[in-house]
Amino acid sequence: MAGASTVSRQALTAFLLRLADDHLVLGHRLSEWCGHAPMLEEDLAMPNMALDLLGQARALYQYAATVEGAGRDEDQLAYLRREREFSNCLMAERENGDFAHTMLRQLYFAAFMEPAWQAMLSSSDEALAGIAAKAVKEVAYHIRHAGEWVVRLGDGTEESTRRMKAAVEALAPYVDELFESDDVTAAMAEAGIAADPAALRPAFDAIVGPIFAEAGLDWADVPYGQTGGRKGMHGEAMGYLLADLQFMQRSYPGAAW
Amino acid sequence: MYSQGLIGAKTETTEDEAFLAAFQARIDAEEKIEPNDPMPEGYRRTLIRQIGQHAHSEIVGMLPEGNWITRAPSLRRKAALLAKVQDEGGHGLYLYSAAETLGVSREEMTEELLSGKAKYSSIFNYPTLTWADIGAIGWLVDGAAIMNQIPLCRCSYGPYARAMIRVCKEESFHQRQGYEIMMHLARGTAEQKELAQDALNRWWWPSLMMFGPSDTDSQHGDQSMKWKIKRFTNDELRQKFVDATVPQGEFIGLSFPDPDLKWNEDKGGYDFGAIDWDEFWRVVKGGGPMNRERIAARQKAWDEGAWVREAALAHARKRKARREAARMAAE
Repeated sequence: MAGASTVSRQALTAFLLRLADDHLVLGHRLSEWCGHAPMLEEDLAMPNMALDLLGQARALYQYAATVEGAGRDEDQLAYLRREREFSNCLMAERENGDFAHTMLRQLYFAAFMEPAWQAMLSSSDEALAGIAAKAVKEVAYHIRHAGEWVVRLGDGTEESTRRMKAAVEALAPYVDELFESDDVTAAMAEAGIAADPAALRPAFDAIVGPIFAEAGLDWADVPYGQTGGRKGMHGEAMGYLLADLQFMQRSYPGAAW
Repeated sequence: MYSQGLIGAKTETTEDEAFLAAFQARIDAEEKIEPNDPMPEGYRRTLIRQIGQHAHSEIVGMLPEGNWITRAPSLRRKAALLAKVQDEGGHGLYLYSAAETLGVSREEMTEELLSGKAKYSSIFNYPTLTWADIGAIGWLVDGAAIMNQIPLCRCSYGPYARAMIRVCKEESFHQRQGYEIMMHLARGTAEQKELAQDALNRWWWPSLMMFGPSDTDSQHGDQSMKWKIKRFTNDELRQKFVDATVPQGEFIGLSFPDPDLKWNEDKGGYDFGAIDWDEFWRVVKGGGPMNRERIAARQKAWDEGAWVREAALAHARKRKARREAARMAAE
């Protein structure tokens, strides 16, 4: 926890929870596909990526619990916080839609996290650098897998092209939020714990740009981007996601599983 | 996970006696039969049917357990369940591959599943109502599957036997994980113990039915045993399962929903009550609580995934055409 000497516990905890919530919520969405994928290979690949995300979320929650020092554990952080306390980005919670939506959402998030984890490899916070070392390998696979699908679907049949373009339109309003900076991210950047999200945009464009070019896709215009996830303002679907996720812990308060 | 006495395979075959005798000699010598070896049509058909049923069971089996992934009660349990359900999908994949070595395609097998022509283990036509069902399935259903699959590692057909070796390793891990869930519940709060007991009450009899009809009623046992596709009869496997499982349940303080269950010193095994075969056949023939939903879910995934599969093929064709055009231009 080297970085914690220069930033407040509160800021570091807030930052870790954001990241953890992103991974938990996106992993939850991916896991909803399990048993319902378009082909058996994807019934293996999507739970595989969901497991990576869940594993990253757990490492981050466990570390957040340590930094917070309030006696909470990973399950209390995941299962007993309320909707307005969740600080995941809106992209992560978007509903699955069709397979084109799911793969594009995965590509966007992975292309955002890849440079973020790369930067965290040399974080002043050793614990976070350790989490990044594992995650950076996993996220590279997510980019490859989701990116290949974006290309196949974008440059596939008439129907798949139409669906892929619809996904680009639908998810476009949630891209900019990923790169927003605020007091928490500024404190992390200043302490050398994590990169300023705004600084990750060129790397994101360098990943997504060539994939879009190969897929024959254009960026959608976004007159009004959506934001608020980091402040706990989510879409209406988020409450249902948490009702699902937290059902057992809410139904049997205090029981261990 | 899978285990059910084979239902509906036709083992009759038309080859001449010399051919059949030569084949039987190889079987008796414990030689493995490989995909390009000569084999009786009945042998091939029985295997396609059995491996297909096994593969379908893995795939349909993802649904009842998948029902609890998003609601798993802790992150550790969630990760374990996701991994388990993914394993089942993996088993499905290499079983379909094993069946393909016999000259049938995955698409054909999928269509037979969706049309109801091919069966899957009927245990998956029961619903997972509580979290404890995830424990009960791992403990009992995977436990029953292991009983059936350990001998299949020595099955006469090479690709199937080899697939089973890996499958069994994973299933035994699942079985321990399921039992650990049950143990945790049985030693937890009164409410948790009640969940565990209720799950055992609902899953016990269907688990015994997984071994298929009693030997006296089983149509295909003899020929499958002779060809060493099967190594033990349905009743032998069922007895092994009961003998292994009852002490495990008693150890964690759960009781079995069978007043006739008791240790028989003379036979060195448990006696147990009569199985309700009417219920078994009703569920096999489509009358279980979840038959319609299970097939409807598979049908929906297949139909809604059609455009994705078509796009993948179309893209591959375009790439190939572009590569060839580039090569022509270069020449």
